[in-house]
Amino acid sequence: MKTASITRRNVNWGNIAISLAAPLVALLVATGLTSALMAISGIDPADAFSTLGSRMSERTAWIDATQRAVPLYISAIAVAIGFKMNLFNIGVEGQYRVAMLTVVAVGTSVELPPVLHVTLCIVAAMAAGALWATIPALLKVYRGVSEVISTIMLNYIATGVLAFLFAEVFAIREEGRLNPKSEELPKSAWMPNLVSENLHNISGFIFVAAALGVAYYVLVWKSRFGFRLRASGTNPTAARTAGIDPKRMVVSAMLLSGAVAGLVGMPQVLGDKHAYSSDLQLGLGFSGIAVALLGRNSPVGIIAAAMTFGFLDSAAPFLDLESIPKEIVVIMQGVLVLTVVVVYEIARRVKERRTQERASRSLDAALAVAS
Amino acid sequence: MSPAAAVELVGIWKRFPGVIANRDINLRVDRATVHSLVGENGAGKSTLMKTLYGMHRPDEGTISIDGSTVQFRSPTDAIAHGIGMVHQHFMLADNLTVTENIILGAEPVWPELPRWVPLPRVVRSEEARRRLTQLKDDYGIDVDLDETVEHLGVGERQRVEILKVLFRGARVLILDEPTAVLVPQEVDELFSNLRNLVAEGVTVIFISHKLDEVLAISDDITVVRDGTTVTTVKPSEVDKRRLGELMVGSELPQPGTEESTVTDTVELSVRDVSAFASETDDRVVVGNVSFDIHRGEVLGIAGVEGNGQFELVEAILGLRPTTHGTILLGDTDLSTLGVQERRDAGIGYIPFDRHREALLLESPLWENMILGHDRSPRFGSGAWISSRRAQAECDTAVDRFAVATPGNAVPAYALSGGNQQKLIAAREMTAGPSLLIAAHPTRGVDVGAQAAIWEELRRARANGLAVLLISADLDELIGLSDTLLVMFRGEVTAHLDPATATPEQLGMYMAGERQAVA
Ligand SMILES: Nc1ncnc2c1ncn2[C@@H]1O[C@H](COP(=O)(O)OP(=O)(O)OP(=O)(O)O)[C@@H](O)[C@H]1O
Ligand SMILES: [Mg+2]
Repeated sequence: MKTASITRRNVNWGNIAISLAAPLVALLVATGLTSALMAISGIDPADAFSTLGSRMSERTAWIDATQRAVPLYISAIAVAIGFKMNLFNIGVEGQYRVAMLTVVAVGTSVELPPVLHVTLCIVAAMAAGALWATIPALLKVYRGVSEVISTIMLNYIATGVLAFLFAEVFAIREEGRLNPKSEELPKSAWMPNLVSENLHNISGFIFVAAALGVAYYVLVWKSRFGFRLRASGTNPTAARTAGIDPKRMVVSAMLLSGAVAGLVGMPQVLGDKHAYSSDLQLGLGFSGIAVALLGRNSPVGIIAAAMTFGFLDSAAPFLDLESIPKEIVVIMQGVLVLTVVVVYEIARRVKERRTQERASRSLDAALAVAS
Repeated sequence: MSPAAAVELVGIWKRFPGVIANRDINLRVDRATVHSLVGENGAGKSTLMKTLYGMHRPDEGTISIDGSTVQFRSPTDAIAHGIGMVHQHFMLADNLTVTENIILGAEPVWPELPRWVPLPRVVRSEEARRRLTQLKDDYGIDVDLDETVEHLGVGERQRVEILKVLFRGARVLILDEPTAVLVPQEVDELFSNLRNLVAEGVTVIFISHKLDEVLAISDDITVVRDGTTVTTVKPSEVDKRRLGELMVGSELPQPGTEESTVTDTVELSVRDVSAFASETDDRVVVGNVSFDIHRGEVLGIAGVEGNGQFELVEAILGLRPTTHGTILLGDTDLSTLGVQERRDAGIGYIPFDRHREALLLESPLWENMILGHDRSPRFGSGAWISSRRAQAECDTAVDRFAVATPGNAVPAYALSGGNQQKLIAAREMTAGPSLLIAAHPTRGVDVGAQAAIWEELRRARANGLAVLLISADLDELIGLSDTLLVMFRGEVTAHLDPATATPEQLGMYMAGERQAVA
């Protein structure tokens, strides 16, 4: 090989700057776009943003944002595991709902010492999520049914079945109670809060989420299983030829994703409501898809994405107080995901071009020295 | 001199990170000629043609078509100027039919309005069909228009690619290694197509590592070395040896026969193996195939692409269910084992189509080294991958097989086609298999590197490696094999002794002649 090959170890600061600037640019563009949308619908963007801005300086706002980010983070990790091998698990929603009721059923039927009880509930939640995810996995492997379709259908089925079971079996009706509730979990199954300041809490599940993030990174980027997962995602034919069984990979990835999904509802059930009730927060499975996209499937990126979503979610009621429709928050989240996808693609191209130009310059310099 | 050249490239430079792919290229291609480009792997041939086809812009230099200077921002611009390219690696949509693939993006529509008019248009499928059939007839290109591309062999895919380019009205046809996997009959067929095209005024730019073919088809030959054009010669002025010297500055190797190293121990035993086309299609694609390969033996299979060789290999690897028969590796019956267990049992595989079956194009070279061998202690321990060990292994393999690359962290797509092939050969051979299935092991590899791979194969054979060799290169087959089979329509139709077999004889059997049963 006689073409000049030069090993360059020096750091490309320009490209690093672009990588860092990309999210900020995305944020600015998204802000501009939402402002325009608000202006069109007759809302003063300045009002909305000053409300959001003043929230930023409040300690409790960040406590609330973190509390909301925890389940979003878990949900996004569940989605990202599937994304890594081109599997679209739209069923996180159904999987975590099934897990919530399962945990209440299991948790109320045994008596155990505190730590053990919580552990049992966590295991039960993961098992339930994985089990519910087994259905689309098997359908895909044995019947070729697209997981997108089957998981969406299973979300509906979960909703129906859970509503029925809750109403007929679990709900305890009391006079004067508006929100029906199941039997309460014994105290030994409660997850204590890490932070608790007059009604603003951060659940102990933040540790579980952090552990999940680390496990996700190690599993996907350092383990053999992760290598196989990514290989199956990038070139399924080559992966299969290499002896990686695609069926086994689909089933394992789906089960893993489902197990993680099972944890999404735990901060609520074990940390807050301590029961299955009709006022549980739903929709976390769908938000998780957006958060995973925003965080670009990276364990660190998803932290930032989940915090952003959590902050906006927790600010919604305050916008309402200023008589700004709180749905603006959802629009902001949507616009943000779209701009991030576009801006990152542009950043990638700019970096590629810069790398090329740099290569030209350094090669020319090397040639000039050589000749 | 003659009027304006069909294509003229002046002072073209193109750089990639760590590599100058083209430096000061000057090339003049006359209208209605076949102009060949030859040069080592990584010399910059594909890069130059991608520049001409508008896939990337040159850093410097000018392109003129029919005497006027042009600037292409994309292949669409190039196509509009009548330039079409068939890539070294095919770019077809697997799940579409041949017709769909060809007309995709160039559908004849009604009404015919300029592109920017935002009105719906109806695709005139019968018109498309009529024009396609016409093209097929005009140039005698044989392909089933209704088959899905997924089911086509490499040779057929290539004909689809050529039709696709002609359908878009190309007047300059760039063919990047079109003959790499074609057997001689198919090459003849292609060449007669090309001559028809040239007679109609089409200009052909042809890239190949097979110098005999280059000498046979070309009007002019340009040698590319180190990213630059060295000289342009007429085929009458040079011979194969001289051309090789111009390219690499060394003598041409021959796949010479050596002392036999065949032992008595059977490594692979294939008995009466049959397989269907697919689960839903019970055409027999492999019919009652039987053979043994001993340790230290190379068994070659000759055949026109699409006569069951690929399916046979899939059956041995466990990628395709067999309907009948047994396959033994040593004493192990493979029939109940999955792909992974079979590969763990010691089967290495250099595949037919490196992009589809063997590479993660976006991933770094060291990750590509692991693919298929991730259970080996060379790449990690227990459940973990060791990137450090994998990188070290990658560096060793890159050195030993002279893969030209700026490092082990570059993505696989940044390697030239021949260097990708060398990387795969390196990966499969350094793993130390007991059986190597080698399909076109030197596909797209330049003459020098070809010799190196042959040498590695011979050395491994002497150490007891059993090799199932499938190749379109009859010299390679005859030169390396200890035993030769011919496959036709899924069956073994002839057993030959490579010591006495001639390419003509092989060609006859490959065309469907049956060997008289002795
Ligand atoms: N996208 C890319 N990024 C970085 N380097 C590249 C890229 N494409 C090609 N190269 C480098 O440019 C050089 C020329 O490659 P090119 O593919 O043109 O070679 P080639 O003459 O076609 O070789 P072959 O006979 O092996 O196909 C090689 O060193 C290759 O590694
Ligand atoms: Mg090439």
